[in-house]
Amino acid sequence: MNIPSNLKYTKSDEWVDLESGKMGLTDYAQGQLSDIVFVEALVDVDDTLEVGGEISSVESVKASAEVYAPAGGTVVAVNEGLADTPEVINSDPYGAGWLVQVDVSSQSDELMDSAAYEKYCADRD
Amino acid sequence: MTDFKLDGAPKIVEPTVYELSSPGRIGVDFPEPDVPRTKLPDAMLRKELPLPELSEVDVVRHFVKLSTFNYSVDSGFYPLGSCTMKYNPKINEDTARLPGFANLHPMQPIETTQGALVLMFQLQEWLKEISGFDAITLQPAAGAHGEFVGVLMMRAYHRDRNDMKRMKMLIPDSAHGTNPATSAMSGLKVVQIPSDERGNVDLDALRAEADDTLVGMMLTNPNTLGLFDENVEEICQIVHDAGGLMYGDGANMNAMLGITKMADLGFDVMHYNLHKTFSTPHGGGGPGSGPVCVTAELADFLPAPIVDVVEEEAEGLPPLFGLVDPPKTIGRVKAFHGHFGMFVRAFTYIAMHGPDGLRDVSEYAVLNANYILARLRDTYHVPYDRICMHEFVAEGRWKDAPDIHALDIAKRLMDYGFHPPTNYFPLIVHEALMIEPTETENKVTLDTFIDAMLKIAEEAHATPDLLHEAPHNTPFGRLDEVKAAKDLVLCCWLPENYGEQ
Repeated sequence: MNIPSNLKYTKSDEWVDLESGKMGLTDYAQGQLSDIVFVEALVDVDDTLEVGGEISSVESVKASAEVYAPAGGTVVAVNEGLADTPEVINSDPYGAGWLVQVDVSSQSDELMDSAAYEKYCADRD
Repeated sequence: MTDFKLDGAPKIVEPTVYELSSPGRIGVDFPEPDVPRTKLPDAMLRKELPLPELSEVDVVRHFVKLSTFNYSVDSGFYPLGSCTMKYNPKINEDTARLPGFANLHPMQPIETTQGALVLMFQLQEWLKEISGFDAITLQPAAGAHGEFVGVLMMRAYHRDRNDMKRMKMLIPDSAHGTNPATSAMSGLKVVQIPSDERGNVDLDALRAEADDTLVGMMLTNPNTLGLFDENVEEICQIVHDAGGLMYGDGANMNAMLGITKMADLGFDVMHYNLHKTFSTPHGGGGPGSGPVCVTAELADFLPAPIVDVVEEEAEGLPPLFGLVDPPKTIGRVKAFHGHFGMFVRAFTYIAMHGPDGLRDVSEYAVLNANYILARLRDTYHVPYDRICMHEFVAEGRWKDAPDIHALDIAKRLMDYGFHPPTNYFPLIVHEALMIEPTETENKVTLDTFIDAMLKIAEEAHATPDLLHEAPHNTPFGRLDEVKAAKDLVLCCWLPENYGEQ
């Protein structure tokens, strides 16, 4: 399983890059969901996003899930391309599969580094 | 020349009625009209809806062939967990078709429909007795509709007391998916409560959320792990102490008939699924029926109307049954009286079994589930492994067969002639396989199913591709679920355009 060391992670399986402000679903999450067939962005550019706010709704052949913001701030970009190619979240969750980018002004107190997140995933398996 | 395609695996493919259509072919003759013929104005003729042209035998063969693709509880074992795909005794169909019931119109004067009203009244009484509640509505169309009605009554109860700040509904993570959906549809805030390591509601997490903003809690008991919550009375107490109401999802009543009354456990509202617990056709056969029971405190809020005695028995005349509106009713939730045909079937089922027979139903349903669990638990990991109720949840995965998923096992079961169990639900179990045998299956059927599951576990390790490519013995092989979800096409093309897509 891929867990890049430059990112921070949440217990609800989101990642955030505190440098760029991009956030998305982790490799573990996409694996659990399996084939993702539908993504709906729940925020727009210029919205103010709170930590824990809903950023996207994701649906796979198995289940649907809400994605919660690991960090807050003003939304600067939404990955519009995912509407047509949601499967990118499966193939490239930390790259082309990013969901939302914010100008980070706050972050969750419970963010984990990659080592802690790796252990968190292993404990659940 | 016809291309018979006799090489390779025989795949049955049936064309659509439009593909079978041939201009001028007909199946019916209309009699000569007994009024003068008049040409319809051109503007009223619709040309965009062509009808297929077929003979009677074309149509019969087409639909009979399609029907053979179906799998139903009448054709085989159907262990679809949490759905209680129970065999529907054929006598139910006889009683539902009795002309006195089948030919009624719901707007007939009540003096002419006393038989139907008595049946509904008696069914109300029986369902109240089985659940321990004081009042009931038969109107809701199915389980989720019943939940919605129940939650609207809970809201109405709080508003009636002028307790307006209550907007929060607690839902355990082992609940049916319809529970949070119902609460959200009712405009409430959904808060999820985790399970503890025994599969019960985590009491500390519950206490932390039990405050004066609580509408209540929706608890599925037995829960979707097939486990009876060991602390159910304490859960009800915690919610009541916070001023909330307890909603019981009765979808899993098949485990408790004649054994436990939901009202005695502390619940305030509960829905039945007549189509699960009391037979009646289910799963494509429908429709459903989701009566909702309440305590006396909530009775005034029931949907209108309900069946009751409107004129007491007097001078040798029987009582007159009719329809009454509860004083603070939330209103009508269904046209007329609900799915009356389902009431007849459920009434028949309850009458045929009697109190002892219903208890037997639940005891055999629980015994059958525990028998399968006992024979599979050494091969399939069962994460919350204790005495189960009418169903249990196993994991469809092994560490030493890393590419095998629950879906592969489910598809392979079809090759052995069984309907797959529910998979990937509940979400709190990895690669979940949720197995519910129901009470009607004999030991031979259960053993054959278990043997197939054990064989599949062997195949998963020895010949995993056999599972990945399953099913092999069905009219169609593995379907492309991603394409089905993403490129859903529901329109019918005109015959002249057929083949373009």
